[in-house]
Amino acid sequence: MSAVRRRRATRSRVKTAVGVVITAIMLFPLYWMVNVSLTPNDKLRETSPQLFPFDFTGHGYDQVFHQQGAYLLTSVYIAIGTVVLTLLVSAPAGYAVSKLRLPGRRTLTFLLLIAQMIPSVIIAFGFYAIFLKIDLLNTTWGLIIADSTTSVPFGVLVFAAFMGGISDELLHAAAIDGAGRVRAFLSIVLPVSRNAIVSVSLFAFLWSWSDFLFATTLDSGGDHQPITLGIYRYIGNNTQDWNAILATSVVASLPAAVLLLVAQRYVAAGVTAGAVKD
Amino acid sequence: MTTVTRPPAVAPPAPAAAPTAGRRRRRLTDSAAAWAFALPVAAYLVLFFAYPLYRNIDLSLRDYTVQSFVQGNAKFIGLHNYATAIHDPVFPEAVWHTLFFTFVSLAFQYSIGLALAIFFNQSFRLSGTLRALLLVPWLLPLIVSASVWAWMLNSESGVINSFLRALGGSNVHWLTGTPWSLISVTIANIWIGIPFNLVLLYSGLQNISEDVYEAAELDGATAWKRFWHVTFPLLRPVSAITLLLGFVYTLKVFDIIWIITRGGPDNTSTTLATWSYQLSFGSLLPKFGPGSAVGNMLILGALVAGVIYIRFEGKAATR
Repeated sequence: MSAVRRRRATRSRVKTAVGVVITAIMLFPLYWMVNVSLTPNDKLRETSPQLFPFDFTGHGYDQVFHQQGAYLLTSVYIAIGTVVLTLLVSAPAGYAVSKLRLPGRRTLTFLLLIAQMIPSVIIAFGFYAIFLKIDLLNTTWGLIIADSTTSVPFGVLVFAAFMGGISDELLHAAAIDGAGRVRAFLSIVLPVSRNAIVSVSLFAFLWSWSDFLFATTLDSGGDHQPITLGIYRYIGNNTQDWNAILATSVVASLPAAVLLLVAQRYVAAGVTAGAVKD
Repeated sequence: MTTVTRPPAVAPPAPAAAPTAGRRRRRLTDSAAAWAFALPVAAYLVLFFAYPLYRNIDLSLRDYTVQSFVQGNAKFIGLHNYATAIHDPVFPEAVWHTLFFTFVSLAFQYSIGLALAIFFNQSFRLSGTLRALLLVPWLLPLIVSASVWAWMLNSESGVINSFLRALGGSNVHWLTGTPWSLISVTIANIWIGIPFNLVLLYSGLQNISEDVYEAAELDGATAWKRFWHVTFPLLRPVSAITLLLGFVYTLKVFDIIWIITRGGPDNTSTTLATWSYQLSFGSLLPKFGPGSAVGNMLILGALVAGVIYIRFEGKAATR
């Protein structure tokens, strides 16, 4: 008995070791990003790169805080705007599709699935032509709208799937109490759907934060530009200052890292929920 | 039909109960109320999907210059922009690169993702934590991943060439040589896509009952046989969805290629997505018409895969 258990324990330890090695290889580029962000530029240009930041420098991060602060703030603003817009549009729609037996809900779901598959390049061209006409080019509002096109279809599908699981008895009980549909939605459906709200918000935030294509098409001449354009300009302007470029990249990665730490289960949930419906 | 377990955060919905006689009477007001809730999304789809798409088709059918773009009086020229695009010497290259980029990416993302999913499907200490860490590349802004890869692949100072030299190899011009630039952007894209495959395939594996394996083990099946004759066939629906979605996503990849190579050098790593952007926005003399035309051709590919996906998955999905 104990021999079997011991063998099992050893095997588990070997697997853990293998798992750690695999993860380390997969995440090497991230380590490299941090390493370069702390290594002075003259050391970066040597023929064999340093594997550890022995000659530590804070130059890159210094640059970030002096030159990229405004970009970061704009990104936060745009990402929060995208989250709000996404929730406002997709939560009621999810309720209508899953609980109110919306006529045409099959068609709507079909259109949303299709919408998710349209290459953003094409949406960006269309928006460019439209925004030029109505003067939304180079505005943060325009970018919020464009960024939300990635998260709204996803949001409706996630809300529909989640709200479909809310028991009808709960809603009936509310109806007997005389709560209208709006009241039922606001005071029962939404609070119960907290998990779905977190999942959708998280992805809407991350996608908006990460967007580069819409930003470069629709906001490349704006006064307020997101951090992705900040990095892009860096690459274009000082190709020599890779220390600063990658320090900015590290800072731009923080939201993803933080969200993964605090909301890990919602992340995995979102990946599968967006892809698959029952 | 549940093909993939929904993770606990999003509980699987119960099928909607059949309407009772009492509720049927209220159906008309019900519909109106339902549409009131769905109105924002309907308006949203029309304004922010249908209209931009229409504008893009319109762009592709007119002879736009910078001036007429602003004034909006461009001449209608039918499919002329499509002909221009197709006869451009870059077109066959862009198509070939798109196919190479998409299928090579899919093959590696899927097989590596599957291997990792099977490995992490075993129970051992830290397995959950490591699996979560592996998600990071997928969550990072693409511009971040692309910048890191661009620097790692740098010919003189990149860590990858330094590693190759240490192994006795010679410098590869990853970003400036043919066919290396295309291979480089494909490698970066594979790295970014592995977590997505891992998560979907892992949740598919979780859905396969332990009993099946036990039965196979009792029959004396080896690990390889168990994979080939049990796991793989049972995973087929999930695999199909993963690959189809991967296809649609990979087809529209723009950021990675644009940031690492800008489709260059000399269009050797350009795909339909980057070429279409290049035509419309990448030069001082924009060719909006041909750019939109190329974009619309891209949409056809995505739509074909999309319809297959929906037929595959959506039948039971749309409620």
